[in-house]
Amino acid sequence: MDTADLPFLTVTELQRRLRARELTPREVVDTLAARIEAVDPAIHAYLSTDLDQARRDADAADVSLPLGGVPIAIKDVISVAGQPCGCASHILDGYVAPYDATCIARLRAAGAIPFGRLNMDEFAMGSSTENSSKGATLNPWDTTRVPGGSSGGSAASVAARTAFASLGTDTGGSIRQPAALCGVVGLKPSYGRISRYGLVAFASSLDQVGPFTKTVEDAARLLGVMSGLDPHDSTTLDAPVPDYAALLTGDIKGLKLGLPKEYFISGIDPQVEAAVRAAVDHYTKLGAEIVEVSLPHTEYAVAVYYIVATAEASANLARFDGVRYGHRARDTSGLLDFYGKTRAEGFGPEVKRRIILGTYVLSSGYHDAYYLQAQKVRTLIRKDFEDAFQTVDALICPTSPVPAFKLGEHTQNPLAMYLQDIFTIAANLAGVCGVSLPCGFAQVDGKDLPIGLQLLGPSFDEARLLQIAHAYEQTTDWHTRRPS
Amino acid sequence: MSAPDLDVRYIARLARLELSDEEVARYQSQLSNVLTFVEALRKVDVSGVEPTAHASPVFNVFRQDVAQASFTPKEALANAPRQANDLFVVTKVVE
Repeated sequence: MDTADLPFLTVTELQRRLRARELTPREVVDTLAARIEAVDPAIHAYLSTDLDQARRDADAADVSLPLGGVPIAIKDVISVAGQPCGCASHILDGYVAPYDATCIARLRAAGAIPFGRLNMDEFAMGSSTENSSKGATLNPWDTTRVPGGSSGGSAASVAARTAFASLGTDTGGSIRQPAALCGVVGLKPSYGRISRYGLVAFASSLDQVGPFTKTVEDAARLLGVMSGLDPHDSTTLDAPVPDYAALLTGDIKGLKLGLPKEYFISGIDPQVEAAVRAAVDHYTKLGAEIVEVSLPHTEYAVAVYYIVATAEASANLARFDGVRYGHRARDTSGLLDFYGKTRAEGFGPEVKRRIILGTYVLSSGYHDAYYLQAQKVRTLIRKDFEDAFQTVDALICPTSPVPAFKLGEHTQNPLAMYLQDIFTIAANLAGVCGVSLPCGFAQVDGKDLPIGLQLLGPSFDEARLLQIAHAYEQTTDWHTRRPS
Repeated sequence: MSAPDLDVRYIARLARLELSDEEVARYQSQLSNVLTFVEALRKVDVSGVEPTAHASPVFNVFRQDVAQASFTPKEALANAPRQANDLFVVTKVVE
């Protein structure tokens, strides 16, 4: 059969054709393999693939299952049994995951085929994927620009149509920001919605797993499969998992959307602001009511984040000591030298920077001034969201203040890079859910660069969040455009 | 939270991270900028505000204290940098 258009299908359409026996799971994997071989060398979204295993999985696939026969690519921070899980770090070179993360086990049980490892900023620390120890991923819309990060490979693979869908993680915007910069849908579920068992921890009070897809409906399908209580992650909530896809009615009449005034600040790119304002007008036409709201502690979110996240990271990354797995330095003398050299050789510059910052803010004499203070301001940020969601169903704002920036543009200035996450970080601190979806293009240097619209919803109200996103998507065509 | 008096070499030792002189100088400068930026938090009135450790409404999750299936020694050692006799080989700790 003709498989020329196959890489461009949504998961939903792919499944329809699989179930109608218009194509086989084996043909899907073979076509995807050819696509990756042809396209990925110019993008470098993939660190590795296991296509032989994927073909075996495809031959055994049951296409009647919720994601039967659908190949899904995985950020290099989520464990897939028998596949590398290196977090794009030298310290985990050669490490092979001995078990499946819960989200992977659930994808498999739903018939999906996890087959490839996607590039990322080392240990998910970054906003451009330039911090990967395996080389940067490039933006499929303009290969002189970054795909965003830290889940840059996850976003770029879906944008380049070398993956039907992918998984990423979002600690301060690492799903939503790259989704925006690459023009795809990226969903950060509420804290506690999807188990993190088998995810290599960065900042445990913030990390969430979520899908990258071409459409909101596909995101809803993946979310439904992966969500729910897991005894292996005690932060997961025993809340019902709705059939998210079935709730996408397209009708949002009477829903209230909040326009947070703190998210429309000077410094935001004029083309980004214009596209987001046009999306707000579009929602008015769809029957939503737009209300201006205030999240007064927004300006502190980045500062709180870089204390809380680095503190947690410094503790979580203490496990990389060269003893049980990963890189081990040679020719060391004594235990401290062994640890110091192993970690010096294994970690890259941004990871070291954050470990030092996190160790400092937790150290004796500074803990209360930095860490405890940040945790208290975090409470105020959470309360901002709780107050806002008393009056509105969701918040609407930009995902990123700018379209994709140039490779190397911010690598010498960590603080400038940290500010890329200014609109995404607060949602992680508050634990709420958020999604980025395409809402236009900026013309920069003769190239079209995608712009992301961010919607934020109350904790565990993904159903309504996706309903609102879907209504926009189905009455616009931004999501149908793809890089040439 | 006075002006940041960050001693990068001391902190790196706490974090078991060996740094070159060049790295110490670079991180000193870059992290001083970051710490100056986070100084803004000092302005916020947090009197009577409880700290947030995480955003989940779940606390004290218990399970039955019964043994469950786990890795075999072979699986547990599969990624070991060095091993012998079903054990991880480590550097000498006591001189």
